[in-house]
Amino acid sequence: MFSVINLMVRRDILLAMRRPQDVMTSLFFFIIVVSLFPLGVSPEMEILRTIGPGVIWVAALLATMLSLGRLFSADHQDGTLEQMILSPQPLALMVLSKCVAHWLLTGIPLVILTPLLGLLLGLAGDEIQTLTLTLLLGTPVLILIGSIGAALTLGVRGGGVLLSLLILPLFVPVLIFGTGAVSSMNAGMGVEAHFSLLGAFLVLSLLLTPWASAAALKISME
Amino acid sequence: MLQILDLECVRGDLLLFSGLNFALESGELLHVKGANGSGKTTLLRTVCGLSHPESGKVLWQGESIWKQGESYRDELTYIGHLNGVKDELTVLENLRIATMLSGEQHSEDQLIDALVKIGLGERIDLPAKMLSQGQRRRVSLARLLLTKSTLWILDEPYTALDVSVIATLQQVIAQHLQCGGMVLLTTHQDVDIEGVVKQLTLSA
Repeated sequence: MFSVINLMVRRDILLAMRRPQDVMTSLFFFIIVVSLFPLGVSPEMEILRTIGPGVIWVAALLATMLSLGRLFSADHQDGTLEQMILSPQPLALMVLSKCVAHWLLTGIPLVILTPLLGLLLGLAGDEIQTLTLTLLLGTPVLILIGSIGAALTLGVRGGGVLLSLLILPLFVPVLIFGTGAVSSMNAGMGVEAHFSLLGAFLVLSLLLTPWASAAALKISME
Repeated sequence: MLQILDLECVRGDLLLFSGLNFALESGELLHVKGANGSGKTTLLRTVCGLSHPESGKVLWQGESIWKQGESYRDELTYIGHLNGVKDELTVLENLRIATMLSGEQHSEDQLIDALVKIGLGERIDLPAKMLSQGQRRRVSLARLLLTKSTLWILDEPYTALDVSVIATLQQVIAQHLQCGGMVLLTTHQDVDIEGVVKQLTLSA
């Protein structure tokens, strides 16, 4: 079981290393979207500080959304996906491995960049810390939920837009509790509840979404 | 033994074939013929379990392949129209990952040996994007030299191959049949393989 996870994660990371532009585009998208707000809304620190956590979360969400289309499409086009479905290893496990690799490649860089972008928007140290932790817990949930949509829209023309329409509503709870943690901390109410809920989302999606995505992949291969 | 019982496949609203029956015993090859669009690929994908038939059964050792799942897929090697070759990986990496994906472990020497036999000996460390169409096909067919699975399902295996590789491939298939394997293949060319060769013609 662990050998197939190991194989798939290493394969996807190797592929991404040979084609770094895919990973870089969603990262630059994240940076650019966040840096548009001081220019577009207001350069005033007070305003930026209020909207900062929300802006960073929405940008991270959109950047993740943007990268999800690539989760299965290359394997679909070159026929590797057929071989994955026909492999004696459980498909759900391979889907899970692909999500893990995708998170390491696109989720983790977002989390690492968050403190820098937080400084740009004038967030305080403890706010940045909370925000980074919520993204650390939240981004894998986004990728896992998104994998279902990516599997369903595989091979569909205009699949990217359809993917957004399918998946963005499902991202809302994660977004609410992610940004809620920072405002709750500022209001002096503690952040444990928000972190517990994000943790619960993560555990649930780890357990359930790989099966759903695997089923969706089989349907789109018919 | 592979058995097809009263199989009916449709694509969209179009009936491809119905009432199809055949059985394949160990050591036998079934050559599926038919015009373009007569449903050869659909038949092969259905036997693999990639597509669901409209009605009918596919039995492996007397039991439905849908119920067996992983234990059936363990016995199966499918090579379709798409090669499953990654442009970014080298020839050797491609073969190594493809065999590991099908649950088999082979030493580096075995992998290289298979690539040499199929005529890619000098291109082992080349990225697959530098290969021609026929060479990509060879990378994907190299799996046949290594796999221990019983049932081979090959969709147009000869496409883009040159004469010498076709001869090698036919030897590999003949050897597989001798060892009690089964082969289901489609091709528009003549199959010149020693052993029990059955034919099935699908009419559009």
